[in-house]
Amino acid sequence: MPPTTLHTEVNGDAALVARAQSGDPNAFEELIGRYERKVFRLARNITNNEHDAEDVLQETFLKAYSHLDGFQGNSKFYTWLVRIAVNEALMKLRKRKSDKTVSMDEGIDTGEETMVREIAVWDDDPEQRYSQEELKAILQDAVQNLRPAFRTVFVLRDIEELSTEETARLLDLSIPAVKSRLLRARLQLRERLTRLFKRKGDDVFAYM
Amino acid sequence: MSLLTCKDFLHALNEYLDETQDAELRQEVEKHVNECPNCWVVFDTTRKTLKVFKGMEPQVIPPEVHGRLMERLQKKMAQRQKPAP
Ligand SMILES: [Zn+2]
Repeated sequence: MPPTTLHTEVNGDAALVARAQSGDPNAFEELIGRYERKVFRLARNITNNEHDAEDVLQETFLKAYSHLDGFQGNSKFYTWLVRIAVNEALMKLRKRKSDKTVSMDEGIDTGEETMVREIAVWDDDPEQRYSQEELKAILQDAVQNLRPAFRTVFVLRDIEELSTEETARLLDLSIPAVKSRLLRARLQLRERLTRLFKRKGDDVFAYM
Repeated sequence: MSLLTCKDFLHALNEYLDETQDAELRQEVEKHVNECPNCWVVFDTTRKTLKVFKGMEPQVIPPEVHGRLMERLQKKMAQRQKPAP
């Protein structure tokens, strides 16, 4: 048997989608098994709320199931699924607009914060100090502390690895806005992780 | 001498991390961090920040969350398979 390549991975999806489209329920369940963890993570990262995340997870797969016939196969199945999930998650986020922490765009594309305060080198392999579960909790906590406007961009670009153009389209932002929010999100996360991961006694403060 | 100021460097860093194909910009970033120790630290720790995030596998979904998803889906599937009246 030839070694598994990315190519056959994607074909694996295409074959499953085709089987699901022709009414095989096991095929759709297998697609859920492949992607539910990623969809749930995306939903949790964007909504910042477990309950909303579960709703998003359900709505995403139910919508995908109802619209499966409309899936053309000219994009990857997962990309198609992510688009549905992002739209569902953003709807949830906007519904919580009354919540002050959820402002999506208020005054964030103006002003020149450099956002660099902690200058310290990290320990070698600081991740090794933590268990996998602890590390996941640290990273999730760091993302959830970003403002929604930065968080959504970071999640789509750096966790889901969507393109700048796709992110701009999904969030209805200009490309420069995506880039500037991404930079600030990255730098804020860098600050936070540096506080945990820095080598002791290595602080340098004054900068810029 | 690097042509970038430390502030320019931050913006260029973003493009650099996105693997811009602009060779000149990549060179400028590398030049700047070789000359500026503080920016080297920012460069290195930002790169590592992204690396830890990208290396993270999604958490296992709680079984009850998976269970409720499958329950709703099975209802939907049953509806779909019902013959038209
Ligand atoms: Zn510098």
